[in-house]
Amino acid sequence: MSMLKTKKKEEAQMSNMQNFTKGFFKENAVFVLLLGMCPTLGVTSSAINGLGMGLATTFVLIMSNMVISMVSKQIPDKVKIPSFIVIIASFVTMVDLIMAGYVPALHEQLGVFIPLIVVNCVVLGRAEAFASKNKVFPSIIDGAGMGLGFSMALTMLGAVREILGSGKVFGISLFSDTYGMLVFVLAPGAFIALGYLIAFINQLRKA
Amino acid sequence: MEFIVIIISAIFVNNVVLMQFLGICPFLGVSKKVSTAVGMTGAVTFVMILATIVTYLIQHYILNPYEIGFMQTITFILIIASLVQLVEIILKKVSPAMYQALGVFLPLITTNCAILGVAIMTIQKDYNLLEAVVFSGATAIGFGLALVIFAGLREHLDLVDLPKGIKGTPAALIVAGLLAMAFMGFSGIV
Repeated sequence: MSMLKTKKKEEAQMSNMQNFTKGFFKENAVFVLLLGMCPTLGVTSSAINGLGMGLATTFVLIMSNMVISMVSKQIPDKVKIPSFIVIIASFVTMVDLIMAGYVPALHEQLGVFIPLIVVNCVVLGRAEAFASKNKVFPSIIDGAGMGLGFSMALTMLGAVREILGSGKVFGISLFSDTYGMLVFVLAPGAFIALGYLIAFINQLRKA
Repeated sequence: MEFIVIIISAIFVNNVVLMQFLGICPFLGVSKKVSTAVGMTGAVTFVMILATIVTYLIQHYILNPYEIGFMQTITFILIIASLVQLVEIILKKVSPAMYQALGVFLPLITTNCAILGVAIMTIQKDYNLLEAVVFSGATAIGFGLALVIFAGLREHLDLVDLPKGIKGTPAALIVAGLLAMAFMGFSGIV
């Protein structure tokens, strides 16, 4: 009897682990599911911006997943999506105000993309696909995994663009001052860099 | 003159998709055929102008007088979501033909960040109502232009023999990058 219990516990732990790690590789929001493309392309002109945006989204994901998993049973089906959006929007407003207060420089850089976390398909997607059907703790884990996977993708793309575009990463110079392919910091570079990154990951997954 | 600057800048110089990265999801999602791209553009134009007018009025007559500007995100997204529903219901009743053409795209529009983005940018740029309408209309045209050109390119892209990893979305993204580069040529006009 006790063995059965420990086995069940182990299984639960296993699935928690899987819930957490799937966001990084198997179901990475950016590279595999192709969700949340607007902030991915819009704010990744440097690694630090990508990381900041990723962490802000992670916070919203964890909090909204937690609250939605708690209340989803009380919400009638017809108003499900609007109520999810309201819950998400309140956390986005919180992040917006907190960032404006504590990291005004980063807040300025990310600009309109902070309020736009509301319409980030990753957040609503996890709320609908996972949090509304699962218990509180797995939902938090799922949000953390998905959010950190999203942050990882954004930071990677930001670092690639920063290195190619200005020869720096996180503001530390790697090459001489004269180096720079400006196009990678500008808009076209975002599309091209992400295109090649996804191609690279596709190739790895198939190999 | 002022309006011409707003229009040219919104369509070409600061193209909403290619320069500001708003509305990428429909840009990648419904750009496989020119006909669907045109339908999506129609729906977006309609909702974008309507949403900008309503959010403008709410901001200036409710949020500002009561000093509850921090509620902006929540109110705007709710307005857009309910507006989309409303448009869907009205269109179904009044013009079934138009509903047939635009209907499938309408639910997708709630999560189109271009709509919310334009609504917020209009407030940030401190436009008056007429300027806001012109700005949102021009932005929608810019969105449509990018979408239709991109759909045309993608129809041809399907026929090209590419390495396995790059086929599909990566190729589409790289082509979008080249398109963005072409649009960069417009910078400096205004």
